[in-house]
Amino acid sequence: MKRSRLWAWSLFGIGAAYFLIPLIATFEFSLRMRRGAYSWDAYAAVFADPRFQATFSYSAFIALCTIVVGILLVVPAAYFVRLRLPHLRPIIEFVTLLPLIIPPIILVFGYIRLYNSSSWLPFTGSALATDLLLVFAYATLSLPLMYRAVDTGLRTIDVGTLTEAATILGANQVTILARIILPNILIAVLSGAFLTFAIVMGEFVIASLLSRPAFGPYLQLIGANRAYEPAALAIISFIITWGAMGTIQLLARFAPKTAARID
Amino acid sequence: MAEQFLSIEKIVKSFGGNTVVHGVDLGFGKGEFISLLGPSGCGKTTILRMIAGFERPTAGRIVVEGKDITHLSPNQRKIGMVFQAYALFPNMNVADNIGFGLKVAGIPRDKARARVAEMLALIGLSGFEKRFPFELSGGQQQRVALARALAPRPRMLLLDEPLSALDAKIRVSLREQIRAIQRELGITTIFVTHDQEEALSISDRIVVLNAGKVEQFGTPFEVYNRPASRFVATFVGTLNTLQATVADAAKKTVAIDGQVVTIPALPATARSGETVALTMRPEAIAIANGVPRDIVLDGTVSEVNFLGSVIRLKIDLGANAINLDIFNDQHTPPPAHGTPVRIGIASGDVLVLDG
Ligand SMILES: Nc1ncnc2c1ncn2[C@@H]1O[C@H](COP(=O)(O)OP(=O)(O)O)[C@@H](O)[C@H]1O
Ligand SMILES: [Mg+2]
Repeated sequence: MKRSRLWAWSLFGIGAAYFLIPLIATFEFSLRMRRGAYSWDAYAAVFADPRFQATFSYSAFIALCTIVVGILLVVPAAYFVRLRLPHLRPIIEFVTLLPLIIPPIILVFGYIRLYNSSSWLPFTGSALATDLLLVFAYATLSLPLMYRAVDTGLRTIDVGTLTEAATILGANQVTILARIILPNILIAVLSGAFLTFAIVMGEFVIASLLSRPAFGPYLQLIGANRAYEPAALAIISFIITWGAMGTIQLLARFAPKTAARID
Repeated sequence: MAEQFLSIEKIVKSFGGNTVVHGVDLGFGKGEFISLLGPSGCGKTTILRMIAGFERPTAGRIVVEGKDITHLSPNQRKIGMVFQAYALFPNMNVADNIGFGLKVAGIPRDKARARVAEMLALIGLSGFEKRFPFELSGGQQQRVALARALAPRPRMLLLDEPLSALDAKIRVSLREQIRAIQRELGITTIFVTHDQEEALSISDRIVVLNAGKVEQFGTPFEVYNRPASRFVATFVGTLNTLQATVADAAKKTVAIDGQVVTIPALPATARSGETVALTMRPEAIAIANGVPRDIVLDGTVSEVNFLGSVIRLKIDLGANAINLDIFNDQHTPPPAHGTPVRIGIASGDVLVLDG
């Protein structure tokens, strides 16, 4: 028994080292911009860069739009599948997994071919329309996470009975979704939202090929041209991602409270 | 049957070729408390869900106050429903749960608040407005569910085994409370249960169902004392069944473990030597001490169950055994195990079932 504990700990140690050493090294490097002393100079330079502010807020805005589109798309879909077409769940699950299988590069080339300025739907014809296309692309990209999160949330409530209880009281489907279903799976929806946020903030391929001023291409640009700032940016991105994950964990603590007691 | 409040006309329901409700025909009066009683899987919930509008009948119609509602969607029917699993909205407090139907109907806020307070008083939970469902016991949750169903003043109330998730004591007190509230509001109510005691104790009339068909529709008194079929006789209440052999069909005599008695209710089709089943309620049998009964049998006490005000005895007659109830008498201890006793049965209380 002691032996197996030892094994477990050493495996854990190896895993942690694999993960932590590059992170610590990057962090250490990001502090060495000023010669001979540790400083936050690289971070100051990053935050002072107007392109950082512009691309960061652009991507944050796109992320929020993506979350809204994702929720409007996924919550009703997952709800109706659970309520009316439970036998289709495996198929829907497979479809939502497709964005993980199809590389973003293929997705974006498809978009460019389908929606170019001489097509029926010239999404790439104007900046605003391209932004819209970007949001839809990101909504697709985050579909596997969003769908899973929402579906997990729906599993914790009795969708059928709650829907019937609200229906017999006179509610219509929109009211039921907005007042009963969404509030009860809010924690799950938020965790999907934070994952979406993390994905959108770091995405490079689609934003770059649609030539939008997003944070991902900016990261790449800085990475190719500077020494210390990329390290600082990597740490900042890491904090954003893990901040999002941490928030999910925090929110999950509030989840059990909404479940009804049966006794 | 002119003034029917709710009529269910020749309703059939099939789920993909599997017919679970076979042409049920029923009519209920306004303000009646009706129970749908039957074993699990007999179609009670399916019938209730067709009345609510959650299932569409394969054939037949449902008429309320002269209007065909068969194709009306559930949120247009103005029906209140209470579910077995409470189904309170977990994200809303008690007041918001009860007020949900009012809000959906667009009732002004102050009016809705007054109605919620009235409902809370009705179910005895005033002061619980701000509690959430997870902070309530099962019985309290079910009372809130009842208040939620009643708040928008529905024209009828449907309850699908609302008590079956609760423990025995709360079950009895809550069913009395439901009945009292129903009387107070005079609301037509359909109560689904598989518990015959529950149905007998609170209903105006009972629909006994078996395998998707109505076996009997009558008052608790009728259903219990004059069961229309063998199924009803055995499903509702405790029944003694004695296997007897017809001794002389012409004289209507049978032999029960060798003791020959006369059964006037013996059908004319019975032939000598045939086996028949004689059934009777435990309370139709008495220990023969003074009270004259026309059937008298000798046996021995094989079990004594002290139930409080009533004592249930099991009497061995040979191959047959019979249960009977006697009242507890503080001054006379019940007969001991193994005591020989003589029992009397009024032949009018005996039902003869074929086979
Ligand atoms: N949605 C459904 N699909 C298929 N069969 C069903 C469905 N609902 C009920 N049934 C079947 O109909 C029969 C009656 O069910 P139900 O009305 O729930 O019975 P009860 O409420 O009396 O226990 C059962 O055999 C059940 O399996
Ligand atoms: Mg049922």
